[in-house]
Amino acid sequence: MTQENERNGKNGKPDKPDKKERNIVLKMDHITMQFGGLTAVDDFDNAVYEGEILGIIGPNGAGKTTAFNVITGIYYPTKGRVIFDGIDITPYRPHQVTHLGIARTFQNIRLFANLTVLDNVLVAQHHLLSGNDADALLKKNGKEKKVRGHLWFWRAVTKIGYNKKEREMKEEAMRILKKLELDNLAYEKASSLPYGQQRKLEIARALATEPKLLLLDEPAAGMNPKESEELLQFIKYIRDEFKLTIVLIEHDMKVVMGVCERIIVMDSGKIIAEGTPEEISKNPKVIEAYLGKEWEYAGA
Amino acid sequence: MTKKAKRDTTLTVLLIIGMIVFLQVANTTFDSYEKQVLSLMAIYGIMAVSLNLVNGITGIFSLGHAGFILLGAYTSALLTIPSEQKIAMFIIQPPSPLIANLHADFLTATIMGGLVAAFGAFIIGFPVLRLSGDYLAIASLGFSEVLRIFALNLQSVTNGSLGLKGIPNYTNVWWSWGWLVVTVIFVVSLVKSSYGRALLAIRDNSIAAEAMGINVFKHTLLSFVISAFFAGVSGALYAHWLTTIDPRITTFGPTLTYYVLIMVVLGGLGSITGSVVGAILFAFLMEWLRIFEQPFTLFGRSFPAIQGMRMLVLSVLFVVTMIVWKRGIFGRSELTWDGIINFFKKFGKKADERGVSK
Repeated sequence: MTQENERNGKNGKPDKPDKKERNIVLKMDHITMQFGGLTAVDDFDNAVYEGEILGIIGPNGAGKTTAFNVITGIYYPTKGRVIFDGIDITPYRPHQVTHLGIARTFQNIRLFANLTVLDNVLVAQHHLLSGNDADALLKKNGKEKKVRGHLWFWRAVTKIGYNKKEREMKEEAMRILKKLELDNLAYEKASSLPYGQQRKLEIARALATEPKLLLLDEPAAGMNPKESEELLQFIKYIRDEFKLTIVLIEHDMKVVMGVCERIIVMDSGKIIAEGTPEEISKNPKVIEAYLGKEWEYAGA
Repeated sequence: MTKKAKRDTTLTVLLIIGMIVFLQVANTTFDSYEKQVLSLMAIYGIMAVSLNLVNGITGIFSLGHAGFILLGAYTSALLTIPSEQKIAMFIIQPPSPLIANLHADFLTATIMGGLVAAFGAFIIGFPVLRLSGDYLAIASLGFSEVLRIFALNLQSVTNGSLGLKGIPNYTNVWWSWGWLVVTVIFVVSLVKSSYGRALLAIRDNSIAAEAMGINVFKHTLLSFVISAFFAGVSGALYAHWLTTIDPRITTFGPTLTYYVLIMVVLGGLGSITGSVVGAILFAFLMEWLRIFEQPFTLFGRSFPAIQGMRMLVLSVLFVVTMIVWKRGIFGRSELTWDGIINFFKKFGKKADERGVSK
């Protein structure tokens, strides 16, 4: 605990209350995901606290992306539950999970390559007018309804009272693009953007779905050290600007150490360590998982 | 409205007025054969635009179009044929009382044809749209064949293999081109809305679309149903154009789907204007190339009349077209007023330069 306060003081941030007192946004309740004989995620049990930046690291095939896919509803876990904001979201489809407020990016960029940058962001806002399942899902779980989109189909086709809505959506999209400094590229085709900008656009698109929790799958993959450094600042910026909770998967240890407040280390589907960056960097299990037992040679 | 949008609207209205004038002139001066071809162009246009909504814009490869066209054709024909005629025509089995007594005017019958086809798409969409890629193509192709076999065997409803004869010849250039305009306006305004963007997003990357909160199944079903509605409408127009429909493989078999697919790919998969141009070109060539089926003389050698020669020439033409324009005539882009104006500006500039150099 003292260590955490120390760290906060060092970063020049106001001291945060102990994590146990903070609200839990996402709870992963003993998740196990098996594919045939392969156990990709084994008894993953942890929580994400409101406003934090949590890093999940681990070598290739550790089950990090699988954990993301379970959270976002792409896979149904063999065992365990995912609880988001007090709702059991395990059985929900990916789009419903997004409606409830979890957005994600992908390890291999999945943009709508033939659409413009602006359209990519507008697509993410579509669920706000095309009928959002959040109302029904919240009601089903005994939560208060938040009145969001309803069916705009006939208005969209006949253009009766639609153009105003379209204009509002465009303004909102441009606002997000402006914050991410992509507004000057709004009318470019998404596939024509340089790599780093494509990564940024994927984040912009995820932000447009109005999430509470943002999952970033290897945001720094394929970036040079300078770009990674910029990304660090960028992730902190969007967390504060959009009042988000962020979970990120990363290979690049430097990124994780620089931005995350808490780190979970996975290896072969299991959580092998958890703690602050300092704790993690000194944890022998982590060093072993990443580098092998190099310390033995160092000692010799 | 911006200046450009105003100009585009004005030009579109002018185009529609010009089209009305042309159709009026055509209606009075063309002979009945030419008028028939003119109607067919628009009917093919509706078929192509509706197939393009599914195959080009939503990016799901459906081959079940002939099935929806068949549904529209039979529904509307059964509604417009007078009762006495139906009773006289159904000689294998008498028509079921519901079929014998129902009657409607042409517009209602056309819309009913569309609705029945849309309903068919809604029902079949649930199992078929769970599939993807080639599997979806085969399943939808199978569905259209199943419908054709139903038409062959449900004798009290469809008159079986004898088909329906003496359908009133209601389809004229006005009906067909009118429905084409309705179809194009509907599909364009759909594509140019948030829903259209969602469909394009599904085409580009359905996993990402789902992660962005788009209910992929609901949206593909939506485009499938709308496409089937207009396919049904085109089927209704087609039935009242042919005046005789039967469940033979040459009328509503897979060949019809492939014809429509050729029009769509020729015009450019994903381009609505491309589909219309592709359909008009296809209908025109199918008739015009009949000159190759008459005895003709080339380089001093005389060729005898060969049945089906036009198809050979047509396929060669299409192969050449697809080599020159790999993504069809328009590719994925639309023919816009901007594009046309720029083309003529460039053309004018080139002509000027040539004039100067001379």
